[in-house]
Amino acid sequence: MSNLAISVSELSKVYGDRQAVSQASFEVPVGSICGFVGPNGSGKTTTMRMLLGLIKPTHGTGTVLGEDIKQPEKYLSHVGAMIEGPAFYPALSGAENLRVLASIGGFSQKKVSTLLEQVGLGDRGDSKYKTYSLGMKQRLGIAAALLPQPKLLVLDEPTNGLDPSGIQEIRNLIKEMAKSGTSIFVSSHLLSELEMISDHLVMLREGKVIFTGRTHDLLAAQNPLLVVRPEFAVDLNKLVEIATKYGKKLTVADGAITIFGANDWAPAFNRLAFESGITLAALSVIQPSLEETFFEMTGE
Amino acid sequence: MIRMMFGELRKLRRKTLLIPTLIGVALLTAFFTSFVFLRVHSGKPNGARGVLITNDFLSGKNGLVYGFQIMGFFLGIVALCVFASQTAQEYSLGTLRNILVRQPSRLKILMGKYFAMAFFTIWLEIASAVFALSISFALAPHSAISTRAWLTTPGLQLLGETFINIFLGTLAFGTLGMILGLLFRSPITSISIGVLWCLILENILGAVISSTTKWLPGANFANISQGGTSIISYERSLVTSGTYLLFGAIVVAILFKNRDVSN
Repeated sequence: MSNLAISVSELSKVYGDRQAVSQASFEVPVGSICGFVGPNGSGKTTTMRMLLGLIKPTHGTGTVLGEDIKQPEKYLSHVGAMIEGPAFYPALSGAENLRVLASIGGFSQKKVSTLLEQVGLGDRGDSKYKTYSLGMKQRLGIAAALLPQPKLLVLDEPTNGLDPSGIQEIRNLIKEMAKSGTSIFVSSHLLSELEMISDHLVMLREGKVIFTGRTHDLLAAQNPLLVVRPEFAVDLNKLVEIATKYGKKLTVADGAITIFGANDWAPAFNRLAFESGITLAALSVIQPSLEETFFEMTGE
Repeated sequence: MIRMMFGELRKLRRKTLLIPTLIGVALLTAFFTSFVFLRVHSGKPNGARGVLITNDFLSGKNGLVYGFQIMGFFLGIVALCVFASQTAQEYSLGTLRNILVRQPSRLKILMGKYFAMAFFTIWLEIASAVFALSISFALAPHSAISTRAWLTTPGLQLLGETFINIFLGTLAFGTLGMILGLLFRSPITSISIGVLWCLILENILGAVISSTTKWLPGANFANISQGGTSIISYERSLVTSGTYLLFGAIVVAILFKNRDVSN
């Protein structure tokens, strides 16, 4: 078997005159947790749908678990998925919804209660789905994705609607699944979460892959950031003016400015601030986070 | 396909669908059957479409199945609604993507759903038959109707034939519902169009141009349930209905197989 859980080459999807995904090529190694990131409308869900056989690619090729994506019946029995949020029958209980899917997939009904316990719905399994909170619905969606004991788990925004402890539980669950050999392909807008768990990344912008590779390699390749905080908040605008005058790219947040790719400029900037009568409360050089790298790369 | 059918049956047997549907069928059956039997001596129309049903008619072998037979059309309308809603809601709820991930063969999904709903139709029909027959037996003495001919071999044979005809007619209505559900992908739209067409538009068309009745799908499905009439023969209705439904089923199966699931 191939050592790639997912491999796509020049995958494209066109709707009318709109190119949803454009010649996307990337690989997801077996056993890895691969984060799939991109702004809204960048083509993440469309790509995931093509991998699951829900929509047909306009162009390009791909394999999932070594099988051609044109024949999803060959691999979907080993794939768990939650796409575009959970979708279940409102009048059925959570457990009954899982039993319907277990029947369709040919999985043991006995797994249902175990899975409900695993995602923290053990005591609400018999409640109707329509009474569930958003977080509970999300947990049920993840339970449904785990039904086949998947070799590959495809999750689209799995932490949507979850509280911090719920996010942590799902994070731990994903890590456990990966430890047991399951490959995970997960999209999320919580980039700090993805940074914590992903060992690989695929980054999309306007349907095109702008990065694919190891998360560590991406972050290591980024220029450090210069974070500057004035003693008095009224001086913030003056600092912005100085940095802008020297052509620096920056963002302002929480009473501090973050200047991109300017670590060598720290002494000079400190001097310029001093000459303008501004006292700095903090001046530090930091490695950019995934979120900052994402903004830098996508121009969002 | 078998797995899909069992999955669908789990949904169909839910209390919120099964019990109200059974209650509705029971009430309608009770109403129509009682109406025929209780008004048999009134001299006023007491049968379907304003026909006068006499004591002699009900004392014959037809008496056992007449109430049940009237329900044929209404069972068809119930089946149309159930088939349409159960099919279209997979789109409106977004559950189709879950199903497709678990069963990628789209034709197997359609077949599995169809057979499950056909079973559901049989449950409804059995319930309706039990109610209709029970009420007929209960009310016959009250209306001085003899039941001797009902349990003879020809009477039971007619019961069997009526059951099969109503099943085929109901299934035809259900198939139309499923076709509409797949076409419109919205339970409300598909049910509205189906019911409006079968209950209102066909009646208006038939009243304005009577010759169209032979060609109208709803009239032909109902005619199958009735076992044929002097206006349209049973065989003709089977062929006409089969042609319509086969054509519709092929069109929606091709659409369903090739359409992207993007909701």
